Amino acid sequence: MPTQNFKGQKIWQRRTGRESLGHWIMWLIGVAIFAYCWQQISAVTTWFFVWDAPRIADDIWTRATPPRWGYITQLGEPIWDTLNMASLGTILSLILAVPVAFLAARNTTPSLLFIRPVALLIIVSTRSINSLIWALLLIAIIGPGVFAGVIAIAIRSIGFCAKLLYEAIEEIDQTQVEAITATGASRWQVMAYGIVPQILPAFAGIAVFRWDINIRESTVLGLVGAGGIGLQLSSSLNVLAWPQVSLILLVILAAVVISEWVSAKVRGAII
Amino acid sequence: MLRLEKLVKTYKTGDQALKAVELEVPAGQVLALIGPSGAGKSTLIRCINQLVEPTSGKIYLGDLELTGLSSGNLRRERRRMGMIFQEYALIERLSVMENVLSGRLGYVGFWRSFLRRFPQSDVDEAFRLLDRVGLAHMADKRADELSGGQRQRVGICRALIQNPALLLVDEPTASLDPKTSRQIMRLICELCKERDLAAIINIHDVALAQMFVQRVIGLRLGAVEFDGPPEGLTPEVLTTIYGEEDWEATIETVNEDEIEEALK
Repeated sequence: MPTQNFKGQKIWQRRTGRESLGHWIMWLIGVAIFAYCWQQISAVTTWFFVWDAPRIADDIWTRATPPRWGYITQLGEPIWDTLNMASLGTILSLILAVPVAFLAARNTTPSLLFIRPVALLIIVSTRSINSLIWALLLIAIIGPGVFAGVIAIAIRSIGFCAKLLYEAIEEIDQTQVEAITATGASRWQVMAYGIVPQILPAFAGIAVFRWDINIRESTVLGLVGAGGIGLQLSSSLNVLAWPQVSLILLVILAAVVISEWVSAKVRGAII
Repeated sequence: MLRLEKLVKTYKTGDQALKAVELEVPAGQVLALIGPSGAGKSTLIRCINQLVEPTSGKIYLGDLELTGLSSGNLRRERRRMGMIFQEYALIERLSVMENVLSGRLGYVGFWRSFLRRFPQSDVDEAFRLLDRVGLAHMADKRADELSGGQRQRVGICRALIQNPALLLVDEPTASLDPKTSRQIMRLICELCKERDLAAIINIHDVALAQMFVQRVIGLRLGAVEFDGPPEGLTPEVLTTIYGEEDWEATIETVNEDEIEEALK
């Protein structure tokens, strides 16, 4: 009880004595753990490299500037590949994600006991593996190139899109579904009239949001051989062609900024 | 025309929403269903078109028994029962016209409805209905641009375009202001008379019910407590339905309202 009687006056405190003591102990333990971890990390850090870092960074900076502007002529095709990889991958993943989302949503799934867990498993498993790892696997299976990148992006995005979409499906206004059912509409008609119009804005938002993320992800897929601008980046890094690296980074930055702008515009138009 | 025999609904939670309700509605009769919240009014209406599956009992629409129909047959019978909702339940992002035409979904195939290629006769009927409720100029507006009263009119059109024999009306005026409430109730009752439709109207507002309907059913804890003409709703009857309260005011309001209406 934080309220105490003291000479007829009611004294109010946020915590009782025992509670504030517990609070202090919690803080003490927290600080102790932090100090211990700090010490552990320091022990295994080669401090020479850390102190050296500014000089190396400065060195790379001077080598990388100015960017080799002439190199841009060779970047047109890779960045186009990258954009295609992201766009096609997103479209493919949306096609696959829509049925999965309907099977996973509590109010549309045909079977809560059997089909819903399977759909949820698909969502979790595709989401839990990074697209870089998917790309590595797929390059081993279908060989290097843009196609492997498209598939990697698509698989990685299924879980993300399906999860957001099935949450949107579960949040729909059920009375609209009731109203359509009451007219004698069939199952598919109820879906087309009662459910789809309600989730369309969410669907469009998810699509551009994921496309935006995929452009960023697809820029690195080339590092493992899945084509696009990442391939150029990795070969430039390998030969320590720093002016080319800096130009590639600028191009990636521009692509990401543009995609961000496009998706913001699209989302603004929908809502 | 509609007959309920020993209709029982027990929810999974164990709540008995309806206790052996017996009810017969002749063709063309408009009746009001009153009762406190939780009395089972909504459940009763939803049991009739099987949006809620009754636990036991029988529902006859004409000669046909509705419980236990196959899903195809049930859909065919649902076309004969138009439903109007409290919160209108329009598809907000579709146009007024699409909302009205959605009442024909039971009659057209999936692809025709998906591509919005409804038969011309349906479109004609939709325009006629919209004109009847005074919304012909709104056909291309999106449903979420309309006011409450306008939305409910669209809801009424959607129910009527089904060409039903029975209207199931769930709290049509609960979200509307008093004036619009009366207009909507009047419209529903007029349309029922024009088309010789039977209707079951769930309603909270006892005074409003008394003003418009021929018969009142009082439901309490899932059982019929009162069945009679609106004049039969004495303070004693209202007490048995709703519990102890000063009912004189409610009944007096009716008279004042009627005078007010007469003066207009």
